[in-house]
Amino acid sequence: MDDLWPVAVGVFQAWMFVVVFFIMLPAMCGLSLGVTSVYIQILVKILEWATLRIQRGRQEQPSVPVPLPNGIIERAGGSMEEEMAPAGAEFSLSDALFFYKEGVESIVDDQVTQRFSSEELASWNLLTRTNHNFRYISLRLTVIWGLGVCVRYGVLFPLRITLTVIGLSWLVIGTTLVGFLPESSVKTWLSELVHVTCYRICARGLSATVHYHNRDNRPQKGGICVSNHTTPIDVVILANDGCYAMVGQVHGGLMGVLQRSMVRSCPHVWFERSEMRDRHAVTNRLRAHVAAKNKLPILIFPEGTCINNTSVMMFKKGSFEIGGTIHPVAIKYDPRFGDAFWNSSKYNMVSYLLRMMTSWAIVVNVWYLPPMTIQEGEDAAQFANRVKSAVAHRGGLLDLDWDGGLKRGKVKDSLKEEQQKKYSSIITGQSDHDSSSLTT
Amino acid sequence: MGSRASTLLREEEIEEIKKETGFSHSQITRLYSRFTSLDKGENGTLSREDFQRIPELAINPLGDRIINAFFPEGEDQVNFRGFMRTLAHFRPIEDNEKNKPVSEPLNSRTNKLLFAFRLYDLDRDDKISRDELLQVLRMMVGVNISDEQLGSIADRTIQEADTNGDNSISFNEFIKVLEKVDVEQKMSIRFLH
Repeated sequence: MDDLWPVAVGVFQAWMFVVVFFIMLPAMCGLSLGVTSVYIQILVKILEWATLRIQRGRQEQPSVPVPLPNGIIERAGGSMEEEMAPAGAEFSLSDALFFYKEGVESIVDDQVTQRFSSEELASWNLLTRTNHNFRYISLRLTVIWGLGVCVRYGVLFPLRITLTVIGLSWLVIGTTLVGFLPESSVKTWLSELVHVTCYRICARGLSATVHYHNRDNRPQKGGICVSNHTTPIDVVILANDGCYAMVGQVHGGLMGVLQRSMVRSCPHVWFERSEMRDRHAVTNRLRAHVAAKNKLPILIFPEGTCINNTSVMMFKKGSFEIGGTIHPVAIKYDPRFGDAFWNSSKYNMVSYLLRMMTSWAIVVNVWYLPPMTIQEGEDAAQFANRVKSAVAHRGGLLDLDWDGGLKRGKVKDSLKEEQQKKYSSIITGQSDHDSSSLTT
Repeated sequence: MGSRASTLLREEEIEEIKKETGFSHSQITRLYSRFTSLDKGENGTLSREDFQRIPELAINPLGDRIINAFFPEGEDQVNFRGFMRTLAHFRPIEDNEKNKPVSEPLNSRTNKLLFAFRLYDLDRDDKISRDELLQVLRMMVGVNISDEQLGSIADRTIQEADTNGDNSISFNEFIKVLEKVDVEQKMSIRFLH
């Protein structure tokens, strides 16, 4: 028994040595030894092989269902006017069939609720959790999956835990120390340094490979950066490439500790829950931040909730009322390597992070879009919509008009009234085409 | 996640549903995983609230009537079997089913029409009265049309359909009115294979 201690200590020392010198220090300087990219290339090869094998297995066992990432029905997609037109501009008993079909279609497969659960993949990525109908297909596939489990839980997971713990403690200690310094350009510089290095270490802790596109459009000081939102990791991904002032609600637990220490060194804008309801106060604080042109760009996720990486939902207009230049960013995760979506109603923050750390990796594309400003004659809601469409288009995401708040809340009655109004104008023969703001 | 969904559905059950509804094996497993994701109470049945949680259905003017079609008289829960039976009415009519003389499939033209008829027949007495028609019309138009105007629409519709002079629409009269309507297209959903 006595011999075990020195061995354990030795292993631990070697482990820490590897972590600190081969991962952490290069990461802090923004360098890469190329290990991650080799790892990703190997993964891609394995996943491609698995896809082919599964396809073959499917031909042999026809009962294995084909996944349908784009939904399980094909919608006819005719608008109300088109469907009703042949009956003329009068009520006909068959009009109800249109609503009936639409209603049943939405029961089978709807646009909204699906966005709040994990996306379905076109092919299995060798993680049991993302496969809805796991079946035994071949021995080799099962062996590869088993090896994957060993690598992910035995090697990657401890490595990532170590890195994340180092990264987060570095953030808390670093920002607290910097917080004691008097206000000066040195403090700002140091604060940015602490933040960036911390995020770089954390990104390694998630094996994140980020591809930034159009970096000359990076958000500038005094601007507002808006982005679609899939997971809290979005913050780590974006902050790897520059510093942001963050806006959000004060959280409890682990997040709370981080938030409190970060605000000491850098002017992040955290709100109490009660304050958040007072939209006017929120806007004023943000406006003051933007007006001081030398402050870090604000990072806002105007969807207000995490969406599952397939679509962009309504951008709340609040962030677009502040004024200033908007720097839109589109973030799209590669779902093959792990499901980045945080389903907050199912998993808490820690269990979500554990899932991420036992996934293959995070591979993500970030596109910086050219800055946008509000146009003349445009109100905040229209501007928000325009920015959202640009983000959706750039990221290859579905552009939805629905409110992400529907994850928890109920739909507004006014949307139903809009449908009734539209139908009324059809049967009374006074169709106006401008009132249809919501196309389903 | 629906990862465990399909394992809960027994193979015999799938076979029975297949026979009854005409859905394929993979369509059934897929719809089962949809069913379980709608089932927030996780008790194997759906309640009216489970349906109302779908925003697109909640804004549908006839949403409540459509939800009703899933529930047998007097019940407020529907299991997967019943859920599938209702959906089967919306399968497209396939050619090889058209000339099958045995029992009439759930997705026949007549059954599709009967389903649409029940949308109007609020009290399930197999007749659409003027009052019932008015109520459904009101759901469809909301507050945008006056009582008077809606009344005259209802009167006209009944007049045109009513052949036996009882001032209501029977199922046979309903079929007659919709004779020229492409029910097959309007009441069919393309389920992918």
